[in-house]
Amino acid sequence: MRSNTSLLFGLSGLAIATMLVGATPALAEDTLTIGFTASQSGKLNNDSTAQMRGFELWRDEVNAAGGIKVGSKQYKINFVTYDDESQNTRVQQLYTRIIVQDKAQFLFSPYSSGLVATAAVVSEQYDRVMITTGGAEEKPHRLGNKNLFQLYSPASQYLAGALAALKEKNPKAQVAFVYEDDPFSKAVAQAVRDLAKKDGLTLSLEESYSGTTTDFGPIINKVIASKADALLGGGHYADGATLTRQLNDQKAGLKWVTLLVAPDSPNFATLGDAAIGISVPSQWEPQVSFKPDFGPTAAEFTKRFTDKFKIEPGYHAAGGYAAGMILQHAIEQAGSIDQAKVAEALNKMDVTTMFGRTKFSTDPKEHGLQIGHEMVLAQWQKKDGKLVKEVIWPKAAKTADIIY
Amino acid sequence: MIAILASILDGVLIGAVYGLAAMGLTLIWGVMNVINLAHGAITVFGMFGLYFLASLLGLPAYSAVPISIVCGFGIGVVLYWIAVHRIIGRPELMSLLATFAVNMVLVGLGTALWTTSPFNVQVTVPGFTWQGYTFTGTHIMAAVLAGVIAGLLYLFLHHTRTGKAIRAVANNREAAELSGIPTTQILSMAFGLGVALATVSGTLIATMFPFTMLSGEAYQLKSFVVTVLGGLGNPAGALLGGIALGLIEGMATPFMPVSWIPIIEFGLFVFCLIAFPRGIFSLSKA
Repeated sequence: MRSNTSLLFGLSGLAIATMLVGATPALAEDTLTIGFTASQSGKLNNDSTAQMRGFELWRDEVNAAGGIKVGSKQYKINFVTYDDESQNTRVQQLYTRIIVQDKAQFLFSPYSSGLVATAAVVSEQYDRVMITTGGAEEKPHRLGNKNLFQLYSPASQYLAGALAALKEKNPKAQVAFVYEDDPFSKAVAQAVRDLAKKDGLTLSLEESYSGTTTDFGPIINKVIASKADALLGGGHYADGATLTRQLNDQKAGLKWVTLLVAPDSPNFATLGDAAIGISVPSQWEPQVSFKPDFGPTAAEFTKRFTDKFKIEPGYHAAGGYAAGMILQHAIEQAGSIDQAKVAEALNKMDVTTMFGRTKFSTDPKEHGLQIGHEMVLAQWQKKDGKLVKEVIWPKAAKTADIIY
Repeated sequence: MIAILASILDGVLIGAVYGLAAMGLTLIWGVMNVINLAHGAITVFGMFGLYFLASLLGLPAYSAVPISIVCGFGIGVVLYWIAVHRIIGRPELMSLLATFAVNMVLVGLGTALWTTSPFNVQVTVPGFTWQGYTFTGTHIMAAVLAGVIAGLLYLFLHHTRTGKAIRAVANNREAAELSGIPTTQILSMAFGLGVALATVSGTLIATMFPFTMLSGEAYQLKSFVVTVLGGLGNPAGALLGGIALGLIEGMATPFMPVSWIPIIEFGLFVFCLIAFPRGIFSLSKA
């Protein structure tokens, strides 16, 4: 009995000692904790994983170089991350946990507009600066948020390039617009209606579908019946890949197809010949030739990413890496890790990185909205028997001619 | 008019595969009163079966069909002894929880192994084009094979000793036991058969569409609708229910936004449960 009591005291002492060591302030001072969730499971897994790899590459490089320099201190980066299972409810719970329990000082967003909108409510509630990447919807920036900074070009820009390129090839094109009924795609849809009207193109069909749609046959029959020349739309990876394959299988006879998100992934090439001619609005491509004010060039980033993960980066990965660089630059410019000072540095920022130009709106009606970045349009083409993605629009950035 | 006919024909073709997918679910319910919530996840394993056999091993795509049936049967028997045997005859909530747990394990395992990235198996079967509408060979082949498998299942259940034993156990387990039928073995075989139908339907679906580890959920939901349309526990009704569901999808889509289809399907689901609890093809027995 006596030995049991001694053992109990011993264990209690050890536990208290461990807690005290865990709370030692010296460690916390030298470490900057950045929190975010990633969709390690669920339907957003593919794109979210790419984004997380971008974050990880940035963290590893910063830590290898000694950390972020703030005045006389060097802060090593520590990530706190959880699987949000691609679900809004998990994002709400986990971002609260990341801020309250894990004491994250800064935040990266989850992937996809729907999850970003949920995380933004929590980050704003706790006054934490959050760099959003993987979310293009504009609505969260029109709600008066002061700590939200969007890296991607907003949803209204997504299909602008595709419509301009299409208009050049066929000014009287009939367009079928088929999109997923999620917040991001709906935001793109609204912009397409306005742009198509402005460009004088006719929308011969507008149809939305659930993200769980597995058979696009009925929709494709409607597209054929509408006598459309072009199809624009899509949503995320799984639905975009299925729609592409069925358009090819059912010989829909379209001269132009631009889909959101899915064709940007290197995995899209597994669709084989069905991928040829499919274009995708892209936030970034490895071929871009921006001259960065700081950080690596696109080619250097591509090499480092490919060496580490054995897969070429798409724009989700580049966005993840750029989010880290932008936050780092803001902290260095602020000379502090104080939220208000870093937010102020982000408000003033107008820089070019390998991801392109970054400038945030300071208009209170759309605070934090991305207004500097420009998108490109990429298309899958066959070269020397291999499927490759080429930049076809804008003309100034093109690496190949348009297949129409 | 041509567009409507094309959509109806497309609907019937895909409906036959929905029917096959639902047959396994309804067979298991009919024989042992177990609602198999792992049905969708098992269907996905049939899809991955095609991917590994055709894309990685280079076997002809349709050679995966018999392999899928055999492997599915084996997996089903093992699952029966691990997760189902102990809850036979117990309250239905227990079978729901047990099979839901199996579902979570399978989805978790699959996600860990293959992530939720889409996989695509390129299968080329010549189809035909009519008035600008193309009916793909893979759809036609899947519908034909679904019909053949359903026919073989009918022959098995009605003209073989084991099949008759399965039907006897479904009708009255105690009476079957008293007649010398080894009911426990028969139950495990019936569960294996149900799982085999799920895996082979997954294999056929993967010849037509790309898939992810999470694709099973959508087919499981459709299987529930089909099962209720065709009559719970009635495998032949499931095939008809599947074709009916495909027909409804095909007929409705030219006239309304596609996003309304699930509302119609599940509205019909509730209506059938209330008005025709034995299924719309069991009116004479109601």
